[in-house]
Amino acid sequence: MTAASTEAKIPRARRSKSEMILRELRKAPLTAWFGMIVVAAYVFVALFAPWIAPYGESEVVSDEPFALWSSEFLFGTDQLGRDLFSRMIYAARNSMGIAFAATAVAFLTGGLIGIVSALLRGWFDQLASRLVDAVMAIPSLIFALMVLAIFEQPTILNIILVIGLVDATRVFRLTRAVAMNVVALDFVEAARLRGEKTPWIVLREIVPNIMPPLVTEFGLRYCFVFLTISSLSFLGLGMQPPTADWGLMVKETATLITYGDITPLLPAGAIALLTVAINFIVDWFLHKTSGLRDGQ
Amino acid sequence: MANDNMKQPQREKGSVLLEMRGLKIEGESDDVWHPIIKGIDLTLRRGEVLGLIGESGAGKSTLGIAAMGFVRPGCRFTGGSIVFDGMDLIAASDEAKRKLRGSRIAYVAQSAAAAFNPAHRLIDQTIETETQHGIRDEKTAVADAQDLYGRLRLPNPTTIGARYPHQVSGGQLQRVMTAMAMTCRPDLIIFDEPTTALDVTTQVEVLASIRSIVEQFNTAAIYITHDLAVVAQMAHRIMVLRYGNLVEEAPTREMLSAPKQEYTKSLWAVRGLAKPESPNEDAILSIEHVDAAYGNAVKILDDVSVRIPRGRTVAVVGESGSGKSTLARVVTGLLPPSRGQVVFNGAALPPALKNRDKELLRRIQMIYQSPDTALNPRHRIYDVIGRPLQFYHGLSGAKLEKRIIELLEMIELNESYIDRLPSEISGGQKQRVCIARALAAEPELIICDEVTSALDQIVQEEILKLLLRLQAEFDISYMFITHDIATVRAIADEIVVMNQGKVVQQGPKTEVLSPPYPAYTELLLSSVPEMDPDWLTNLLAKRKVANQ
Repeated sequence: MTAASTEAKIPRARRSKSEMILRELRKAPLTAWFGMIVVAAYVFVALFAPWIAPYGESEVVSDEPFALWSSEFLFGTDQLGRDLFSRMIYAARNSMGIAFAATAVAFLTGGLIGIVSALLRGWFDQLASRLVDAVMAIPSLIFALMVLAIFEQPTILNIILVIGLVDATRVFRLTRAVAMNVVALDFVEAARLRGEKTPWIVLREIVPNIMPPLVTEFGLRYCFVFLTISSLSFLGLGMQPPTADWGLMVKETATLITYGDITPLLPAGAIALLTVAINFIVDWFLHKTSGLRDGQ
Repeated sequence: MANDNMKQPQREKGSVLLEMRGLKIEGESDDVWHPIIKGIDLTLRRGEVLGLIGESGAGKSTLGIAAMGFVRPGCRFTGGSIVFDGMDLIAASDEAKRKLRGSRIAYVAQSAAAAFNPAHRLIDQTIETETQHGIRDEKTAVADAQDLYGRLRLPNPTTIGARYPHQVSGGQLQRVMTAMAMTCRPDLIIFDEPTTALDVTTQVEVLASIRSIVEQFNTAAIYITHDLAVVAQMAHRIMVLRYGNLVEEAPTREMLSAPKQEYTKSLWAVRGLAKPESPNEDAILSIEHVDAAYGNAVKILDDVSVRIPRGRTVAVVGESGSGKSTLARVVTGLLPPSRGQVVFNGAALPPALKNRDKELLRRIQMIYQSPDTALNPRHRIYDVIGRPLQFYHGLSGAKLEKRIIELLEMIELNESYIDRLPSEISGGQKQRVCIARALAAEPELIICDEVTSALDQIVQEEILKLLLRLQAEFDISYMFITHDIATVRAIADEIVVMNQGKVVQQGPKTEVLSPPYPAYTELLLSSVPEMDPDWLTNLLAKRKVANQ
């Protein structure tokens, strides 16, 4: 598509789309609003962590480990005397950012290969599908643990890639299935007869028609990835200290629960709240678009 | 049991069974309620068959469903009354209506394939209502179902029930569905376009079966269709609907011989359209001794040779499975032939799509049967028509927009459509957009695959006229695949008749459409319903004699 033609059409498309989104927002149910507000708050906290947090991420601020809640240290301190409240805020950054990156990796690889498999069929589809079957035969958490164990000190990039690729298998399955329905339609054949190349067919003909299920899956997958990272951190193979991560923080403060201190529940609650909020949004989106999924 | 060939008017009509007075139904879209049925009166007597005709959106299906006291989700009754055998259906409780449906009122849907559960045997689905309503025990129900299968002239009535829906043909499935509706001996059956999805040759069998069984049990029926010729065979009385209003109502014979309203007359229009044929020796495309198959399976095309003269229309006729769509796939390169070649403009076409260059692809365009699936629902008209212009001719910016508007005007739409999505225009308009997309490439040959069969009669006529005008203007050649003989009369110069992958007959239109016919052409031509209420009766009598 040439630059000039893109210019000519964008203003038209944008106006109608933003109007449509506004109208949908006005009709959104309370649960969706709750989800959106919570997610917005999380994103805000993650973006402005250094300004909101009273202390640094791994700054040892107290001589007293496991200090109780106080006006100085809102949620007390951890085993090294670091401020838990500050670490909670910084963890939003790490946990959410890494989960987002991993989910994006999963969708870019799994989604693209899934669509291309549905479109080309033949040996490419066979190869990709069998490979995915093989990976899916192993429980994802165990597979991720196994691969991460290869690295002595898993870096953030390692974690993103490993989790992203493991989750890409699930995304591949879904995308291939929904794309299969679209590929069979006449407009894809028409594009082929016109002589369009595969990238154009994938991006312009197929992707717009499978967006609703993919966006929904993105929301759900994000929660799963988030939980996987937290579980991995809890097991010691995810985020490495001194980086703050909610899963890691649950692990570090776990012993407190035996003394009746609810501090370990705070990072766990942060994870739970975000998961619930995202699911509310996804439910709303699914409800809104389920009628469009057939594309007809 | 009544005689199958008994003339319709002789049938006895009983007391009033169903009566609608000033019925109004509204439907919701985008938070706005708009009327679908705008005050219709309808009276149906026992044993009477009432035909409802009209184009899509006329409200005929809504009215048919309302006869069961039911509206589709998103619709509501806003006025009038429906009285079935003394019972007010609008006021009746859901439970009372549920009892009526399937026992006293039955419904036969358009697509039997979609209405059957693919996981259960036909016989189990046929007798489900009876055993569920506790009317009969399973054994008698099965015996009765087999009797009905026999009456509907299904092959092997005692064993066909053991099959699954995918193991019988579409026509047979439609008859099983009629048997299912009949099991409880309902007082009223609603047939919603039961033969629209079938081939003409299959349609005849289904029509004959439905008619005879309705007569045998003296069942009242509402027969919904957009095909006047079909309704003429089935109904005693016809109601023509348009935009939720009654246009005209009269006994069948009266309606056919002397329609009063302009609109009713226009429903005949496509059948009056006829193009004078003109020969042309210069062939743009010749298909030479082509064999084709999917995988290593049975040959779909067997030694097919077809010649398409430049600037003319060749109609390829045949029922489904005859290989006519496969022939189109061979020409477009989607299915390389296993033998033979296709010559275009004097040079052999590369067999596979990927070996053809852009310029060659541009010259052969295709228009599909269903405009709903041929247009990407997420692309605006601008993108749909604009893409081939960018792709083949490199247009952009203001030039592109200007050309798109020109093309829209060519297909009798205007600039205001440019930003719409396919879901925001009607079926006929969508097909026009598909034509514009093909025209945008400035092709020499357009393959039209059943382009009018998904459209209403009037819209069909408009599309055919448009295609003819464009042919005259741009000297485009058409390969026109269809099963509808009326369409062929309207548009073709030459006709190719195909059956089971072979060309049965080929030649100029007047030659193919006049006797003597080869056996298959004869069968195909005689199966096309005519506007004569005695057509089916006479045809069945003739075939009976021929078989004896």
